[in-house]
Amino acid sequence: MTTRLRMVSLGLATAWFASPAQAQMPPVAANGCLGCHGVDGQGANGIPAIMRVQSKADFTATMKLFAENKKPGTIMGRISRGYTDQDIAELAAWFGKP
Amino acid sequence: MIKKTRNNISRRGLLASGATLAGVLAAPAVARAQATAGRLVIVGGGFGGASAARAARDRYPNIAVTLIEPASQFVTCPYGNLVLAGRSADLAGITHSYDKLVGRGVTKISQEAREIDAAKKTVRTADNQTVAYDRLIVSPGIDLKWDAIKGYDRAASAVMPHCWVPSLQPVTALADKLKAMADGGTFIMVAPPNPFRCPPGPYERASMVAEYFKKAKPKSKILILDAKDGFSKQPLFLDAWKALYGDMIEWVPANKEGKVVAVDPAAMTVETEFGKKHKGDVVNVIPPQQAARIARESGLTGGADWAAIDTRTFEIKSAPGVFVIGDANAAPPMPKSGFVANNTAMRAVAVACSQMTGAAIPNAIYFNTCYSHVGENYGISVVGVYRPNADGTKIDEAPNSGGISAQGATPDIRAGEATYADGWYRSITNYMFG
Repeated sequence: MTTRLRMVSLGLATAWFASPAQAQMPPVAANGCLGCHGVDGQGANGIPAIMRVQSKADFTATMKLFAENKKPGTIMGRISRGYTDQDIAELAAWFGKP
Repeated sequence: MIKKTRNNISRRGLLASGATLAGVLAAPAVARAQATAGRLVIVGGGFGGASAARAARDRYPNIAVTLIEPASQFVTCPYGNLVLAGRSADLAGITHSYDKLVGRGVTKISQEAREIDAAKKTVRTADNQTVAYDRLIVSPGIDLKWDAIKGYDRAASAVMPHCWVPSLQPVTALADKLKAMADGGTFIMVAPPNPFRCPPGPYERASMVAEYFKKAKPKSKILILDAKDGFSKQPLFLDAWKALYGDMIEWVPANKEGKVVAVDPAAMTVETEFGKKHKGDVVNVIPPQQAARIARESGLTGGADWAAIDTRTFEIKSAPGVFVIGDANAAPPMPKSGFVANNTAMRAVAVACSQMTGAAIPNAIYFNTCYSHVGENYGISVVGVYRPNADGTKIDEAPNSGGISAQGATPDIRAGEATYADGWYRSITNYMFG
């Protein structure tokens, strides 16, 4: 096997994510959102749209409220507690309003 | 960029000459990159394979994507149980065409994949096409273990349907038998041992049959004979069954003599391990399972029931460049669910395509969300957030996260989860087929 798995550092991951050339590449944590919220974060059948709905700061705050059980919901509390701060920052950058 | 799809495919006769294959495989990556950065071939067009095709097509435009799948349409397991409740009359709402995936630029070979040669990096199809790949994602699903329960073979399944693999037997085979059953009859479900496809599935199915019985055949009973002592979302199901259906559903765990070891289709009886026989009017046998044949016979499972994977990449250690996703792999504690197949497809695609293009591979995080319908406006869920460990030997749940819906939640929450379940189905099938 000639190709080896390369785990990138935090700094490289941020640079990779922010690169305009990779604009269509969601952060890895977003892969879990798409299963319910839709391929473009558009929502479906009562599942809210999340793409460009909130500012980055509000998106981050919403995730933290879910994680602390301070915002009513069904599954989001259980999911948001699995994210690191870095995951949430990348999600906010991807889904938040520019 | 124009690419002849037949570049991917060489007839066996061509390959027999040796020169063509050697030429293709020996071509430097740089030369191939003039047309494409690499060839990703996907075996199986279910939740894993169709999601992989979509993800690769959306995210890696310079990778050629080929999907090997014999069927022209895909019938989902999820939402099949709702047909049993009478919420849908037929399979139209759970049947999806591959046309849009093809329209997105996926080359579809409508043949069964028969054999993987990981050394030569080729897949042979039922009509003897040889498909060469640079990276291969295998998502073949499951096979049922015929005769693991004595007397339960293909012929028996016509009388006692499994309805666990829609391409073998659609859920309508069971719905028809339930419709024909007289009120006051007994429906027996034989539930499988772990691990198996869709852990909450049998219990959602029992719930949906109860929903139908409550309306149409209220004197009927449901007996679940289980090879396990516990099951997914168990406290939520048990609470809901009592609240919605009284004593209609009886669940018998293995330690209370629930494990069925033999069936007699002629007598419509099932027999537990200590010799107790139960007679049903309709019997649904969900047998023990294993990875589908191509994974086992191509050496990807190493003689085991399921394919062991590097948990960081879904790659097979003994077959570099080959990834196994979906129900066919062993990736505990993640369940064999459509959501996990979809989610890990994105991971396998990211790794496979990054290997071909030379891009960096980001860290991994995996998710599961499984909704179950238990009654009208009554849904429950289990979720999980996971990460692979550093050496790719296991998968850990993220601390303090995941788990099942709260017990004793309000009707609003239960109704909300039923609505969101429908939204999940719409979103994930749109990802694959929309």
